[in-house]
Amino acid sequence: MATRSVVPFGPQHPVLPEPIHLDLVLEDEKVVEAVPSIGFVHRGLEKLVEKKDFHEYVYVAERICGICSFMHGMGYCEAVERIMKVEVPERASYLRTIWCEMSRIHSHLLWLGLLADAFGFESLFMQSWRLREKILDMFEVSTGGRVIFSVNKIGGVRKDMDGEMLKSFLALFDEMEKELRILSKTFLNDYAVNSRLRDVGFLTKEQAHDFGTVGPFMRASGIARDTRKLGYAAYPDLDFEPITSEVGDCYARTDVRIREIFQSFDLIRQAAGKIPGGEIAVPVKGFPDGEHFMRVEQPRGEAVYYVKANGTKFLDRMRVRTPTFANLPGMLETLKGCQLADVPILILTIDPCISCTER
Amino acid sequence: MNISKSPWLLHYDGSSCNGCDIEVLACLTPVYDVERFGVINTGNPKHADIFLITGGINHQNADVVRQIYNQMPKPKVVVAVGICACNGGIFKECYNILGGVDTVLPVDIYVPGCAARPEAIIDGVVKAVALLDEKRKKAAAPPQRKEVG
Repeated sequence: MATRSVVPFGPQHPVLPEPIHLDLVLEDEKVVEAVPSIGFVHRGLEKLVEKKDFHEYVYVAERICGICSFMHGMGYCEAVERIMKVEVPERASYLRTIWCEMSRIHSHLLWLGLLADAFGFESLFMQSWRLREKILDMFEVSTGGRVIFSVNKIGGVRKDMDGEMLKSFLALFDEMEKELRILSKTFLNDYAVNSRLRDVGFLTKEQAHDFGTVGPFMRASGIARDTRKLGYAAYPDLDFEPITSEVGDCYARTDVRIREIFQSFDLIRQAAGKIPGGEIAVPVKGFPDGEHFMRVEQPRGEAVYYVKANGTKFLDRMRVRTPTFANLPGMLETLKGCQLADVPILILTIDPCISCTER
Repeated sequence: MNISKSPWLLHYDGSSCNGCDIEVLACLTPVYDVERFGVINTGNPKHADIFLITGGINHQNADVVRQIYNQMPKPKVVVAVGICACNGGIFKECYNILGGVDTVLPVDIYVPGCAARPEAIIDGVVKAVALLDEKRKKAAAPPQRKEVG
């Protein structure tokens, strides 16, 4: 038997924009086991509900993670709105949907770039991020922020998009879609990229189910489940199907995410065609009393927000179950038996977001 | 400004929300492109001159940050990016946050913002380059010798 050795990976590592530490137990070059230790980014922001009132807490919720900041804010707002039985104007729901899908495009493009960086394709990384900047410009035009927008509030949204702005966005999306088609050809057909992504990091359908994985990581293993189908914001009015792949390797995950970007373009077009006029927010009076579980599909998968209120301006409890947390057991399983050189790519293909996970 | 040396940059995410991290990365990519100032992002502390930290300091990462700082060769400049790195920001009241980066390291340059905009980060990096030059000159100055006889 080969001797075993332990290689520490992280918390500061070139492929990791965020800190996570893994102890990789190796037999020669093969990974036998991966033992994670987390907590480097833990802030304890759930406990802040005791110090910030429930309106103010929207700002904290948005800062759970900077990548899906909009969706975190929205998930929290919708949970509180449902406790307070606030009817959000339809236009606000549509605007939220459009910003959600834009966030998904930006997050997936960001991930594609990081993946390219992980397998050493520098120019592909740069191209993905160049394309992503266009979305950020649109965010800046419509909300005023590039990363954190603070555009959600309990009872609706703060900013409106007029017809002209939407029209110019749609034209920009058409352009982006063309560029993305060229980019996706390299990701999906290039020989060198294929040799790194294909046939590594398998997760079977049964494993994906048993380990409780979520999001594209799960859908790439053949389970067609998408929380957007449950119907929040304006999603019940839109026509879409969860995107899946049957293969379950790193290539399948890349493929699923690329097709999801195209799906997001389509959803924005649908929403822009159906968006009704009217108010963008309703006034909210009183304090919430009760509890609610809110499920939201983020770029990385399903996030759960549990809010418990007691009739005062401070909430009793706010709990977030983030997608990366659900995906970690599945990731540790795929790491078993892989080569040491493939570890960065395997970690990246679950699209880890550590600051969500550790909050 | 005379940039006599191409400074290499090391980025570590303290306990930030990712917002500033992706803006730091955005600085390196085509639209902002700090490489035109000779700045390259490196993963190795021993190659780095500028230490960019995003996010506040908590109990778990204080030692990590200190260790990375000690591994970097002299002269070195520490840049705190974002309001959380400057003083804890919105998470200041959290039980696990000790405060800004200056609770464990001497910080040279503070870049405010939530999230810090790429323009602000680049401004911080350019200032860091100037400071690095200054520190290098100070270190390179020959020791004063007394004339003998």
